[in-house]
Amino acid sequence: MIVYLVRRVGQSLFAIVAMAILVFVGVYAIGNPVDILINPEASQAEIAATTARLGLDKPLWEQFLVFAGNALQGDLGDSFVYGRPAVEIILDRLPATMELAFFALILSVGIGVPLGVIAGLKPDGIAGKSIMAGSILGFSLPNFWQGMILILVFAVLLGWLPAGGRGETVDVLGIRVSFLTWDGLRHLILPAINLALFKMSLIIRLARANTREVMLLDYVKFARAKGLSHRRVVMVHILKNIMIPVVTIIGLELGSMVAFAVVTETVFAWPGMGKLLIDSINLLDRPLIVAYLMMTVGIIVTINLVVDVCYSLLDPRVRLSEAKG
Amino acid sequence: MKRLALAGLLAATALNPAFADTLTVGLKSEPTAMDPQFHNLATNTQVLLNIFQGLTRQDAVQKIEPSLATEWEAVDDTTWRFTLRDGVKFHNGSDFTARDVIYTYCRVPLVQNSPSSYTIFTGGFADVTAEDDHTVIIKTAAKNPLLPVELSNLPIVSADALGAEETVTYAPGGECTGMGTVPQSGDFNDPKIAAGTGPYKLEEFTRGTQLTLARNEDYWGDKPDWESVVLRPITSNGPRVAALLAGDVMVIESPPIQDVERIEGAGFTIVDALSNRIIYLAMRQDTDDAPSIEGAEGNPLRDAKVREAISLAVNRDAIAERIMGGYAKPAGELLPPPMFGTSGRAVDGYDPNKAKELLADAGYPDGFSITLGTPNDRYINDEQVAQAVAQMLTRIGIKTSVDAVTASQFFSRRNNLEFPIYLAGWGASSGEMSSPLKSLVATYDKDAGMGVTNAGRYSNPDMDETLKEAMATIDDEKRAELLAEAETMVLDDYGIIPLHYEQTVWALAPGLTYEPRVDQYTLAYEVKKAE
Repeated sequence: MIVYLVRRVGQSLFAIVAMAILVFVGVYAIGNPVDILINPEASQAEIAATTARLGLDKPLWEQFLVFAGNALQGDLGDSFVYGRPAVEIILDRLPATMELAFFALILSVGIGVPLGVIAGLKPDGIAGKSIMAGSILGFSLPNFWQGMILILVFAVLLGWLPAGGRGETVDVLGIRVSFLTWDGLRHLILPAINLALFKMSLIIRLARANTREVMLLDYVKFARAKGLSHRRVVMVHILKNIMIPVVTIIGLELGSMVAFAVVTETVFAWPGMGKLLIDSINLLDRPLIVAYLMMTVGIIVTINLVVDVCYSLLDPRVRLSEAKG
Repeated sequence: MKRLALAGLLAATALNPAFADTLTVGLKSEPTAMDPQFHNLATNTQVLLNIFQGLTRQDAVQKIEPSLATEWEAVDDTTWRFTLRDGVKFHNGSDFTARDVIYTYCRVPLVQNSPSSYTIFTGGFADVTAEDDHTVIIKTAAKNPLLPVELSNLPIVSADALGAEETVTYAPGGECTGMGTVPQSGDFNDPKIAAGTGPYKLEEFTRGTQLTLARNEDYWGDKPDWESVVLRPITSNGPRVAALLAGDVMVIESPPIQDVERIEGAGFTIVDALSNRIIYLAMRQDTDDAPSIEGAEGNPLRDAKVREAISLAVNRDAIAERIMGGYAKPAGELLPPPMFGTSGRAVDGYDPNKAKELLADAGYPDGFSITLGTPNDRYINDEQVAQAVAQMLTRIGIKTSVDAVTASQFFSRRNNLEFPIYLAGWGASSGEMSSPLKSLVATYDKDAGMGVTNAGRYSNPDMDETLKEAMATIDDEKRAELLAEAETMVLDDYGIIPLHYEQTVWALAPGLTYEPRVDQYTLAYEVKKAE
């Protein structure tokens, strides 16, 4: 187990270093931030002073070495626009994104798994067929379009829910959360649904396929033959066995939900990290973009690591085969 | 549809009992800090003007009027005397005196990490002294007739709230004494530090989410209509309109022009006004080997006839009507008349035949090929306008292709002189003619700070002379004349081609009014309840 862990952590670190180089070089190849930031009436002396202060007058490799050196000490640089540490600004926004992602995840699992199992048990029934048709819609309609339709129907036409923003928040252990207030919850519903629809469809399809596969296996037939109730067969024998792939997907998708909630956050003016990223790209706020991407890489790598470890605990064959290979 | 939208609005407002006294505004961008001396940017200014005020201010058409100073005069060419308003209190209760003014101007160079510093205004201050508590003398290093205009951009902060010593003395370049420990921009999230003299006090600033303001009951001027104000940044156009239609916010700035009809159809009010922003074409004129010109010897854009042909080839009325949906006005100058320094010059007519003749005269009967650079997300419908211009130029024989890129790329490439001809815009923050002349068409001179945005590298020494003279003339009437004269030289030369003035649009919930502003600012305290 320890060998496996060490190896897995090593791979993760390598991924992070490789990403750092790619991200840094990529972001620093675009435009000149001073042209965007500075008042257009500023004199050449002002422009030169700002360029020097932001360190943009140094060659790329030197800027990277400075960045890498600071990064090793946990400092990802100061935002050009806000003049404060980029990490601090991103962490300000992190709770909003995490809240949205978790809420969406709960929706997609809580609704996706039962629907998938139903569709898998009765693939030819009306319920099964309509669930599958619905999941195709969830898959194929573009995310931003779904968002706009949700806003149009539930906010503009019906006026049931607000069109965007985060609403009232309360401090829990110094973190702002909105799901504890009625106003905040109302603001959370539409964006969470928007973010959840795609994953929900994914989980429905996964759960359905696995249910159908597992149903045909001998132990299910045997359980039935033993005279166990239908309910027990489904809840214990089938559900338990379709959960391994679902857990994997949840892990992977949680990472991508946190990192790429960009579209939903933009459509719903949700003040999370994704929206911060888009705004920063428009302003060429390089340290913020780099810090954001590095943090997402970190999050995804960590989640994958945790998932793999969980997986190897659930199914020992995984670490054995890795250890051999 | 209309009834449903209104029902939605009513439902949303019914759930919000504070509606009558709280104004909610959807802004298209967010201030980067609550420190009024951190980032010299319109986005920050329009929000912070609710809290902080300068000695002067600009009215809706950018005319200078008294604010914290009641009157001012030029004692001599480089000395100004400002009389401060009596009985003004900061939000923290301390009195507003000359000491606050000196402290404010002292602090400008001490603000760390400023992305765009206010030193462009204070850099020329040789000395700032107090004659008494309510009289301030400002001496400038060079003649600067725009000083009262520039002071409108320098909001006064409270010396007491920021921890200054009893006496503060001015010295240029951040060498003042008595400053104490100067708070930095992050500290301004604390309403105790962010104490201004404006109609609203800062209540809470949650980055990315909203800014809450409370009415300053001790305000020296007219009290605003709203007890509290919530400003929400909603950067994308669609969601901003949706927020208005759904009743989440009561006012939005810059709804997309294509949505205006729908917004009006749903019972909302649209107000609009000409802005100080000119959309123009600039052409590379300093070199024979300008990039991306093909099918011609040398650089045809150096010939004034070719430039005139380009101007005559553009059908400005068609652009204003069809592409801008009527929310633009064809331009003949660099600022809409009757703003300061304009001459009332007529707009160039649309005359493709004469344009073709001019091209033939200049020795290009078969035209040539050229690339037109444009941003695609900076100005209203910028890429579509550029496409239309390209088609119009192609019609007279100048085969034009459009190179449209995002603003952050465009400005860098433009400043690297990558475009032989480009479309861009300029908003005169000072509201008068020296701003566009100095930046867009004065001969490029890095060290003197002239022609900084002149990426066509147009140069006309006579114009430069006249402009310099104007910029050192304190007498307003004389200066206006000189500026108009300088502008006429450029336009006669077709050194730059004005296309149109953008119109700025606001959408308001029924029952609200807002006087549209030339500088495109959305000022919460100017939003009124219609009675």
